[in-house]
Amino acid sequence: MTASESDNKTEIPEEPDRRQFIEKATCAVAGVGIAAAAWPFVSSMNPSSDILSKSTVEINIGQIQTGEVKTVEWQSKPVFIFHRTATQISAMQTSMGSNIDPQPDEARVLKSEWLVVIGLCTHLGCVPTKKPEGWFCPCHGSRYDNSGRVLRGPAPKNLYLLPYQFVSADTLLLGKA
Amino acid sequence: MSKVIQWIDQRFPLSSFVKHDLVEYPTPRNLSYWWNFGFLAGFVLVLQIITGIFLAMHYKPDASLAFDSIDHIMREVNYGWLIRYMHAVGASAFFAVIYIHMARTLYYGSYRAPRELMWWTGQALLLALMATAFMGYLLPWGQMSFWGAQVITSLFGATPFIGEEVVIWLRGDFAVGDATLTRFFALHYLFPFIIIGIVIIHLIALHHVKSSNPSGINLTAKNNIPFHPYFTTKDLFGLGVFLIIYCYFVFFNPEFFIMAENNQPANPLQTPPHIVPEWYFLPFYAILRAVPDLLGGVIAMGLSVMIFAAMPFLDRSKIPGGAKYRPIYRAMFYVFIIDVIVLAYVGAQAPTDFWTLIGQIATLVYFATFMLLPFLSKYEEKRLRRQGLPPEVEELIRCEEACGCSKPK
Repeated sequence: MTASESDNKTEIPEEPDRRQFIEKATCAVAGVGIAAAAWPFVSSMNPSSDILSKSTVEINIGQIQTGEVKTVEWQSKPVFIFHRTATQISAMQTSMGSNIDPQPDEARVLKSEWLVVIGLCTHLGCVPTKKPEGWFCPCHGSRYDNSGRVLRGPAPKNLYLLPYQFVSADTLLLGKA
Repeated sequence: MSKVIQWIDQRFPLSSFVKHDLVEYPTPRNLSYWWNFGFLAGFVLVLQIITGIFLAMHYKPDASLAFDSIDHIMREVNYGWLIRYMHAVGASAFFAVIYIHMARTLYYGSYRAPRELMWWTGQALLLALMATAFMGYLLPWGQMSFWGAQVITSLFGATPFIGEEVVIWLRGDFAVGDATLTRFFALHYLFPFIIIGIVIIHLIALHHVKSSNPSGINLTAKNNIPFHPYFTTKDLFGLGVFLIIYCYFVFFNPEFFIMAENNQPANPLQTPPHIVPEWYFLPFYAILRAVPDLLGGVIAMGLSVMIFAAMPFLDRSKIPGGAKYRPIYRAMFYVFIIDVIVLAYVGAQAPTDFWTLIGQIATLVYFATFMLLPFLSKYEEKRLRRQGLPPEVEELIRCEEACGCSKPK
């Protein structure tokens, strides 16, 4: 130990608590400052106002035949509007889907002949293909029934629902319940 | 000229750096051609950066213009076709070279002490390369570009509690869109320079611990020869062979690595009937599909890439030298390589029950080779020592145990 070091030791008043507190407080303030400065950059990566403003869209469903699916775009995502036949409706109403995500058909529709769901596989977001028994996802082989309920994984959930309302008998408003 | 160098040398260690790290840098005399691939990876990195910068001068990162700007590069820009094909083939070449580089490291046990940090910086480089390739693949804005990005960004939806928010944040939109394309372009331009930074760390570590060699034993000074001219020549010869293969693809088969589906502009309302990632992601994609659960699949896929980092811990054998001297490890190495090829094949097939089953078996084998390694490597060491090792090898192991270094004093 050199002379100056031992001098320092005697000169500094023995208040380690106070010193440690100042160090920790400085680090804490700096940390909060860095986090606050980073926030605008993180936030800038979220959807911008123009994307958020496209939140509702009106769809004319008068032309959709029974048994036909129309795919429309809402919030950059495909939405399936499925005009179901009477047999499909009764088949769906008697089933709860599979035990992956069981749900009654009534909880998934406003009017039983119209199924409106987001057309993205709940696994990794591919657009499932329509088959007579429901939908099939070409990416990883998930299957859904005619209520959009998952029958076979890897999809963990039923096809997601979205808020919508019937403005008139022939017009749907997507994005607002 | 010498006066200029003298002037610089007084201010910056130029001559001593060239002498110490390029010319006289001691290199094991027994390096085989498997040791060419680090240099080749560095070459491809430079090639990708140069071709990439020139492509960026003509490319437009805008969802409404991107696809057509690729067409513009291919048809109207002078030599645009050449630069684009060099870049596209270069991406595949990069992975081919890196995978061989990794396989060499695994076979010869080069990840073992004292080269763990080389292995881990290499792991970081692999992740950065994968991220760069993935983001670059979105830029042509074709069908495969779009749906590849859609699927991979969806993986982050498996994050507990905030999955959906994370995905939207990554995309900047509710689905992959213009915001996603623009940020991927920015990051695709940035990442190669981060890669350069990690490469420099990788090389500083290399020049500290020096190259491993086919014997797997650290050599004495008399077994090293200067890097120049011996290995500059050897590396350049290897580069010539590499360029023959590379140029074959660039000039005679440039669409080999480009899927036909990607020549269709991105359509957010229609997934192609069969989506397949680029060949270099196929084994990991097969592992993702093998697990019938979203979070489980994502974890398995992440683990399948990251588990390489555990190799220095999993391999508990004290037997020096590469797989050549370790029969069980060698068998495991070949099982693993074959398994990865099977996984790659499965990853390219449509998800039928049969291929899912094969993929699940291959996934099990993939992880089993890593999980069994601690036990098998220890068992192998005991067996080899029972059979009797040459006294020199026993001496090396004793020295390793005593001083924590395998360098003969």
